[in-house]
Amino acid sequence: MVSPVLTSSDVLDGAASSPAALRRFLHGLPGVDQVGCEARAATLSTRSIKTTSKAWALDLAVSMIDLTTLEGQDTIGKVRALCAKAKRPDPEDPSCPRVAAICVYPDMVATAKAALGSSGVHVASVATAFPSGRSTLDVKLQDTEDAVAAGADEIDMVIDRGAFLSGDFSRVFDEIVAVKQVCRRSTGQDAHLKVIMEAGELVTYDNVRRASWLSMLAGADFIKTSTGKVQPAATMPVTLIMLEAVRDFREATGRMVGVKPAGGISTSKDAIKYLVMVNETAGDDWLDPEWFRFGASRLLNDLLMQRTKMTTGRYSGPDYFTLD
Amino acid sequence: MPSDTRLDVRKTYKLYIGGKFPRSESGRSYVVNDSRGRFLANAAAASRKDARDAVVAARKAFPGWSGATAYNRGQVLYRVAEVMEGRRDQFADEVVAGEGLTRARAGRSVDQAIDRLVWYAGWTDKIAQVVGATNPVAGPYFDFSIPEPTGVVAVLAPQQSSLLGLVSVVAPVVAGGNTAVVTSSRDRPLPAISFAEVLATSDVPGGVVNILTGSVGDTAPWLASHMDVNAIDLTGVAGDDEHATALEVAAVDNLKRVRRAPDAEPDWTLDPGLSRITSFLETKTVWHPIGV
Repeated sequence: MVSPVLTSSDVLDGAASSPAALRRFLHGLPGVDQVGCEARAATLSTRSIKTTSKAWALDLAVSMIDLTTLEGQDTIGKVRALCAKAKRPDPEDPSCPRVAAICVYPDMVATAKAALGSSGVHVASVATAFPSGRSTLDVKLQDTEDAVAAGADEIDMVIDRGAFLSGDFSRVFDEIVAVKQVCRRSTGQDAHLKVIMEAGELVTYDNVRRASWLSMLAGADFIKTSTGKVQPAATMPVTLIMLEAVRDFREATGRMVGVKPAGGISTSKDAIKYLVMVNETAGDDWLDPEWFRFGASRLLNDLLMQRTKMTTGRYSGPDYFTLD
Repeated sequence: MPSDTRLDVRKTYKLYIGGKFPRSESGRSYVVNDSRGRFLANAAAASRKDARDAVVAARKAFPGWSGATAYNRGQVLYRVAEVMEGRRDQFADEVVAGEGLTRARAGRSVDQAIDRLVWYAGWTDKIAQVVGATNPVAGPYFDFSIPEPTGVVAVLAPQQSSLLGLVSVVAPVVAGGNTAVVTSSRDRPLPAISFAEVLATSDVPGGVVNILTGSVGDTAPWLASHMDVNAIDLTGVAGDDEHATALEVAAVDNLKRVRRAPDAEPDWTLDPGLSRITSFLETKTVWHPIGV
């Protein structure tokens, strides 16, 4: 087990009090041992999960999916169809859990909200000039406001990677704080804020660790690996670093933050590897749709195929599930 | 170093899935003896997960192979025959060892296998003329029927004839535009592996033919019940009524095309006719308005 990065909340006091203090804090985080991190992630991929544990893991993974459609060609019809699938992923099997959320662009939030009704499936909306985040703060805030006003339960924002990479951490920090403010609702039902690091553009594991801490300090409810629009997207080592960060953050502050790997997780096998990693890194408190999500679209069908295999005893095929 | 002390370079016989040669997922292997019971080699014993992977590979290869022109498929099959011709001696050795034939008879058997590939290569762009039709209808329409491939076909290759029999059941399936998951003869798998090496080096896209060695009982039930397999050829369980019936029952769930097991393994040297191609073709009939 890797030892915690921070052990007391003292270090965190005033970490974000000034741009210089923030930079000092983030650069003071211990560097990630690249080889060790990759080896650890690879070891965690070798666990054998079978029979009842596998059935449990498959259902848990289904219930953790943020079923995503983020294409220029999205239509109202497609979003409605996806919502129907979110509510009852396998129409032939009532015991199949529903997914956690539908993830769409802001203009589709109202459609998704209406289609999902009181089913309990959340609506997540990307915002802040997703996926590049290259726009003015005003536009980003307006983007978020629109999504919140349309009823989004969760907001997936992107950080300004340009500012982050050029060392302007406080700009990134202030932006997250401002977006978080816009997520508030007078009813008290605030939209949950997920902050996307876009690990593929941060280049190094050290940067992923810094961006994770920065986001959590700024008030993120979830940290998310990637937009899914940039390769590499979610990888095991990156998610491992983020899981360590949320674990240590709770240790230091008592506040729990969720993790969402997104992009490139398409098989049940992969999903189960991630669940093993969550359990062994952050702990089983995170084995809950409230604290861990998969951003995925293809993954769901593979999970359903595996579930069908386990209940019928024969291999299923893609012909028997909807194409999204 | 004197030449007579050269170390043996022994070959590892592996499976052929998706254009690659993996070991069995299960890690199991089994001993292959020659026709007189002497040790010949260790071969991979395919498991149900290998069968599953093979089906995934075959499904992935299907759009490309079925979408290729019939002429192109014919060229590729002819190329397989060309490459086999170059390895004629190796195949003859393996047939001699496995089937206990004389050298001369084994050679003839290899020649026939190569000729059969050429024969089926010729049929790829001719079968549509023979089994397709333009149909006279009582209305202002062109009406024509054309054969289309069935999809992913599980082929249980014959247990006795390890090369000629194998080629005789695989070639017609892929000539029609299907992709295949083949279980080879259990006791005589070596020609099947060498055939896989030929396929891998002769323009056949990976996944079009996948070859599993080992006991039919380990993989066939999973292929028969697999919902993503469209047809199954039961030739490999010829004479074993109980097993064949169980596989037919398992194949019912997704209404697979089933080519039933014969009472005994056929004489592969005879003219095969077209039935092995047409067993795995579906007829599509199109009505097209005249004058539009």
